[in-house]
Amino acid sequence: MAEIILKNVSKVFNNEEVIKDLNLKIHDGSFTVLVGPSGCGKSTTLRMIAGLEKQSSGEIWIGDQLVNDTPPGKRNIAMVFQNYALYPTMTVKGNIEFGLINKKVPRHEREELIREISEIVGLTDYLNKKPQQLSGGQRQRVALARAMVKKPKVFILDEPLSNLDAKLRGQMRTELIQLHKRLGTTFVYVTHDQVEAMSMGDEIVILNKGEIQQKASPMTVYHDPNNIFTASFIGTPAMNIIDYRLMKDDLPALNGDVKYVGFRPENILISRTENTDPHSVHLFGEVVTRETLGSETIYTVKTNAGVIHCKSFIEPLDSVRHVRLQIPYEKLYFFNNQGERNRSVTIKRIEPVLVKGGR
Amino acid sequence: MAWHKLRPYAMIAPAIVIFCLFFIYPIGYMIYLSFHEWNFVSPDKQFVGMQNFASLFGEREFIEVMQNTFIYTALTVSLTIVISLLLALWLNNNGSVYSLVQGAVFSPHIISLVSVSMLWMWLMDTDYGLLNWFLNLFGLANVSWLTDPSTSLFSLVIVAVWKGIGFNTLIFIAGLQSIPRDMYEAAQLDESSKARTFWKLTLPMLSPTLFFLTIIGMINSFQVFETISIMTQGGPINSTNTFVYYIYEYGFRYFKIGYSSAAGVLLLFIVGLLTILYFKLLAKRVHYR
Repeated sequence: MAEIILKNVSKVFNNEEVIKDLNLKIHDGSFTVLVGPSGCGKSTTLRMIAGLEKQSSGEIWIGDQLVNDTPPGKRNIAMVFQNYALYPTMTVKGNIEFGLINKKVPRHEREELIREISEIVGLTDYLNKKPQQLSGGQRQRVALARAMVKKPKVFILDEPLSNLDAKLRGQMRTELIQLHKRLGTTFVYVTHDQVEAMSMGDEIVILNKGEIQQKASPMTVYHDPNNIFTASFIGTPAMNIIDYRLMKDDLPALNGDVKYVGFRPENILISRTENTDPHSVHLFGEVVTRETLGSETIYTVKTNAGVIHCKSFIEPLDSVRHVRLQIPYEKLYFFNNQGERNRSVTIKRIEPVLVKGGR
Repeated sequence: MAWHKLRPYAMIAPAIVIFCLFFIYPIGYMIYLSFHEWNFVSPDKQFVGMQNFASLFGEREFIEVMQNTFIYTALTVSLTIVISLLLALWLNNNGSVYSLVQGAVFSPHIISLVSVSMLWMWLMDTDYGLLNWFLNLFGLANVSWLTDPSTSLFSLVIVAVWKGIGFNTLIFIAGLQSIPRDMYEAAQLDESSKARTFWKLTLPMLSPTLFFLTIIGMINSFQVFETISIMTQGGPINSTNTFVYYIYEYGFRYFKIGYSSAAGVLLLFIVGLLTILYFKLLAKRVHYR
């Protein structure tokens, strides 16, 4: 078990700086998820921790050890790859055993470890099969077993579930969470899937263009985003971000620098009748599309302030064309010119509030 | 029968006709001739039964030819494969130097074997050759590359290896590039040494390539003819006489068609047998993805 510290780490590929002066502390025993769009540098960061990629500058610490010049095999880490990266010419047992033989673990000890691990991941009956005879989920288990058997200080997982079908992915997600609880080892997990990030991580690091946008717990990231990027990256559908000028008439006077206003689709109250709550923004619009997902319905509504996505958990409003939207003031997020969150903005509650309705 | 049923047969008919005419018929005719005595011009072919085969094995010259062929094949195939594999491992990188070397190594493959033979005859000339000039430069004595029975066969092996390396290297590089990179990264994380990674991962992954090149190389070497015909004519003292050249000599210089056909049948038999053996024995150990 070990914490990981990245100090002023940068990485340059072909004169292009993909990681810029990254400072990151991954807590011992945490399940940290690095998430971001493709090309944000999350995999590069992971590979630098693993030692598969050398950082251009900066320091990487694993535990109390500076690992800048330590080869991957000596870093006490194990990695699970997106494509599993199994050894196709070896049996399942051979795959699990390979690292142990390299570490010169005696035979009886190896047998014991393999037996134990294959029981945990449910591979006991497949030990003599070759990887190509296994299904995707089973291969993923072999990859996990191969990583676990080394009893590493840190587990590194690079989009391990992206090659699995949706059902299996959900199942493996649960299994990974349980595995983390059981082992108590530090997990560093890379994904582009925000659902995966939210459901698995106890700490989320959101990256964009090689820079950390926010590092916090899933709920903090969701409820208290630092900037527009984080706000719109986490959550489906994404947070509605509206230019303040378009909403100026719908809002009372604000104190502070505000360029954009954001609100989550699920915080909008959608109805066909007029609502007059004085502490809410009121918008009027036309329903463009309706996505009924069973438990919820997602509406795309065209309003004066722009196109707005709303999520509603009540029965779908099937025949209605024009709807009224109500967003409570306390559910609004304000962002400045640079897209950074402006947390100091408050709405002066002057009564009576001028309520803007529709036509 | 309706046209639509006939059509597929009509489509492949040209290929089948050509195949039969230039492949099946000559083989059949060769087998037929191997039981006869014929001088290529006389109208009557005398049936002699197995006599051609019997005299073939009674001939000391032919036993030597067989030995030569096997030594030549074994050396050429093994040297070509080892050298091209090493080259491929080195060249399996991106960069202008690598592609330059790759191109240079490949170029002999596109030169006609006749030109290659002429070139090497000149290089290996005992008195004026470039090879001996180099040897002299280091104070070494001249080597009679092609005119000494103890070196002549090896000299031919050098030519074959030189010509074969390019193609083999190219195929090996293609094989190496199809090995996923993350497998090597996993091996790195598993603390696998370079040598162990090569023996346990790279080589097994390359086994289909290795298998293919061995078979192709073996069949080609068994049928070596041009270099021998141009450079040594089987000499000196029969030291470079191999199977196909022997068949050619007896057939088209001494006009002992029956005898030479018997040798041809034997060659067909040996190559066929080796191929079957290879597939049976090696295929089990080859990893196909």
